[in-house]
Amino acid sequence: MNKYLFYPGCSMESSAKAYMESLNTILEPLDLTFEEIDDWNCCGATEYLGINLIPAYSLIARNLALAAKQKNNANGSGSTRTVVAPCSACYLNLAKADYYMQERPSLGAKVNEALQAGGLQYTPGALDVRHLIDILVYDVGVEKIRSKVVRPLTGLRVAPYMGCMLPRPDYKHRWSDHEHPTELDDLLRALGADVIDFPLTTECCGGHMTQIGPETAFELIRRLVADADDRGAQVMATVCPMCQMNIDAYQNEMNHFFGTDYHMPILFFTQLMGLAFGREPEELGIGVELVSSRNALAHIGVEVPVTQEPAAPKKKDEGLPMPRRWTKHEGKEVVK
Amino acid sequence: MTERVGVYVCHCGSNIAGTVDVVDVAKWAEEKLGKQGVVISREYKFMCSSLGQELIEKDIKELGLTRIVVAACSPHLHEKTFRIAAKNAGLNPYLVELASIREQVSWVHTDKAVATAKAKAVVSGAVSRVIENQALEELKVSINPNTLVVGGGIAGIQAALEIANAGFHVYLVEREPSIGGHMAQFDKTFPTLDCSACILTPRMVEAGTHPNITLLTWSEVEKVTGYVGNFHVTIKKKSRFIKEELCTGCGICQEKCPKKVIDDVYEAGLGYRKAVYTPFAQAVPKFPVMDKENCTYFIKGTCKACEKFCPTGAIDFNQQDEFVNVDVGNIILATGYDLFDARKVSNYGYGRLPNVFTSLEFERLSNAAGPTSGNIVLRDGKSVPKSVGIIHCVGSRDRNFNNYCSVICCMQGLKFAHLVHERTGATVYNFYIDMRTAYKAYDEFYQRVLEEGTLFVRGKVAEVTDAARHSNERGKLIIQVEDTLAGKQRRIPVDMVILSSGLQPRRDAKEVGKLFGISCSTDGWFTEKHPKLDPIATMTEGIYIAGCAQGPKDIPSSVAQGAAASARVLDKILQKEVTLEPVRASVDKAKCSGCKICNGLCPYNAIAFIEDDQVTEINPALCQGCGTCVAACPAGAITGTGFSNEQIMAQIDGLLLKNLEVLANA
Repeated sequence: MNKYLFYPGCSMESSAKAYMESLNTILEPLDLTFEEIDDWNCCGATEYLGINLIPAYSLIARNLALAAKQKNNANGSGSTRTVVAPCSACYLNLAKADYYMQERPSLGAKVNEALQAGGLQYTPGALDVRHLIDILVYDVGVEKIRSKVVRPLTGLRVAPYMGCMLPRPDYKHRWSDHEHPTELDDLLRALGADVIDFPLTTECCGGHMTQIGPETAFELIRRLVADADDRGAQVMATVCPMCQMNIDAYQNEMNHFFGTDYHMPILFFTQLMGLAFGREPEELGIGVELVSSRNALAHIGVEVPVTQEPAAPKKKDEGLPMPRRWTKHEGKEVVK
Repeated sequence: MTERVGVYVCHCGSNIAGTVDVVDVAKWAEEKLGKQGVVISREYKFMCSSLGQELIEKDIKELGLTRIVVAACSPHLHEKTFRIAAKNAGLNPYLVELASIREQVSWVHTDKAVATAKAKAVVSGAVSRVIENQALEELKVSINPNTLVVGGGIAGIQAALEIANAGFHVYLVEREPSIGGHMAQFDKTFPTLDCSACILTPRMVEAGTHPNITLLTWSEVEKVTGYVGNFHVTIKKKSRFIKEELCTGCGICQEKCPKKVIDDVYEAGLGYRKAVYTPFAQAVPKFPVMDKENCTYFIKGTCKACEKFCPTGAIDFNQQDEFVNVDVGNIILATGYDLFDARKVSNYGYGRLPNVFTSLEFERLSNAAGPTSGNIVLRDGKSVPKSVGIIHCVGSRDRNFNNYCSVICCMQGLKFAHLVHERTGATVYNFYIDMRTAYKAYDEFYQRVLEEGTLFVRGKVAEVTDAARHSNERGKLIIQVEDTLAGKQRRIPVDMVILSSGLQPRRDAKEVGKLFGISCSTDGWFTEKHPKLDPIATMTEGIYIAGCAQGPKDIPSSVAQGAAASARVLDKILQKEVTLEPVRASVDKAKCSGCKICNGLCPYNAIAFIEDDQVTEINPALCQGCGTCVAACPAGAITGTGFSNEQIMAQIDGLLLKNLEVLANA
């Protein structure tokens, strides 16, 4: 079977556009058809579930209900019961809703009551929720991926970063291990990359702590980047838009916070797949990342075009001089 | 209604009387079941006491009772007691039926009214059933004085020696090339720190040279038939490719063999052996074995270095597996344990991080005869660790893996701490959940290790990682743990980590259990007859268990259980004959359709198909009365004595109080 229902998730249209672009390039060579779920909505990311369960699960389950409906409508014409999510948070939320609606029938009933308002309903267990890498490794197979490689990534030292939301909790026993899963390692190795042993592969990237407690997030980002750097990785590969965002967009701030000077680009694994399949960086959204992968990819002879840096806004002219500063406790004038 | 039934309801102190109105039950039985034949119904504080038994005996004699129902505990406990009482009074013991109103009523209910009603139903069922019971005669069979001991670890050696010393013959079967078991791999034993080999090898030699012991190493039991007193066992003697009668054990073949192989068994994967080898210097017997899978000759067809150099011409590349048939009366299973595979706890990094070791690897590392001559070093073979973390409960007391406690790991961890401290002076951390140092002189050893300065952190280790967060962690293994006494997370950098892996049933324990007709617990250990009062026998007569095959235990307990099993065997041998329960299945040939469905089901191989008559027959000497075939027979042609269809149907009718309705309508 090579046809799947596809739940892109919000970030694929915005911060992780590069993920979507690169994903689109690998579907055809791997004989995959992704059918987007009509009228899907946000999965609620990591916030909603912490506040109120019923609305949060209803928000997620609406997507499942829509997917199930789409599956039923398409009955007979190569329909599939598998929903693919490329984002780890979306994957986890969809899987979680499916699991708990079944596990706690009272929750399932309430969620369905909410869905009823929109004329929808969902029978938990009707769909298989799976992540993109799960499909690639276990349905397509590493061998088929290897057979499509025309530009092996030989010499590129990659840290495989699975992130924390993918392998745990593993409701359907899909992953090779919960602490040290090897799916991403196997896939990258098939592309010819020099995959380093990355023990932090399932550690947290900080999640939304970058918004609410940046110091905490910075430390989490530092650990990942520092360890990948220690082990000689030239680039990190991720399967999750949030991980990519945190490590890419906050690396500079993190460096500033700790006084360090790390430069660890992070790319989506699909971007590396696209490169290995012979696509050019521009087609794969490479070059828009904030921590540039230009130097890393030069190791495999890929030239990333320089994107025009937006001109820095001009500094305002200095205004009037400030009054002299006073220290609060001693009341003395500070002499500069 | 010619039978005269007596019903005896036991209070069992307050065990039954606390939840069941026993007086009411007794009165009810006499009133309501009178028409069924109940002529007397009594209640008594302790029916199993001699006064209680006398009460029954007196009634049998004076009232001419022909059937007895005792409503008390489970038949497992006191069926025998009351059968003997009946026998003493001249009644066939199989005309006694126990109604379990303790285990199945009073202990599992709280509502007295409901419990009393249920007790009445159970008694009614037993009365209906006992009327259908038949007088049976016990079977007597002679006991073969030979014994089979399976497993040549310390428990098996102990059992074999005890029986052999008493003057009876033992066949000691061991799967590996030498006896000795896990104990032969250890360096020191806790808490006395005796040299393990020094105390074990004299026993091995004794077993190897004892005139009453036939040693069958590099051998496995293939087939077991028969029953207590008369087992027929087929043992496969795997080919050693060495003529034992010519081999002097000089070791030249091992020296000359060019093929080095990692020794996964004796050296726990930490050392090498040759393709032809004896696992260790003190191996008993002294004869080497050739590992066919790794031998260059068997792979490529050339080499034969061993043959060229053997001074006595003992190498025989054409040797075949041999099958030995022995007849024994009793069997002791002492098949031991496997170490829990620490790779499963992926967050501890075993197999990924070089300097994480398992307990068995460390035993070899610290053993003077081991791959490093007893030097405690890191995986590079040279560096001496400056700090070592020992993690307890790896794979044990963990619902992801095994729920049970592996018993030996705490003491083993303390022993390791002492050895590391003594030999390297390294800082040693023990990470434990609870420190369990029960038994003689164990806690004193703990105190000693404490005084030596070993550090203890109470908490389950979350992770062992080489991902440094700060410069002081670079190049180290970092142990991340919640220190539950200090109430904080700690990261402790060390050079070496030792995982105190738990014990597991042998990976083929289930199949071995099946071979001998015994069962395994849900965890996979062999099930004993009674967890407290008979941890040595099994539900199958004549089969005993000893050592870690029954559950995790240390060396003294294994030795004690081995000796205890041998005492039980000697008891059987000295009785010369054994009484068998007359509970047997039999085929009604007129009903048998010859479908053979039952043929493959019998766990005791008691069923044979008679081709001439096209019917199935059951050998009463082999049948153990398990009832499997009775349940399977689609024609209802098989009956189990003591569990006949009439008995079962009558009991069900009685339980449902149908007998009362019928009587009322009549």
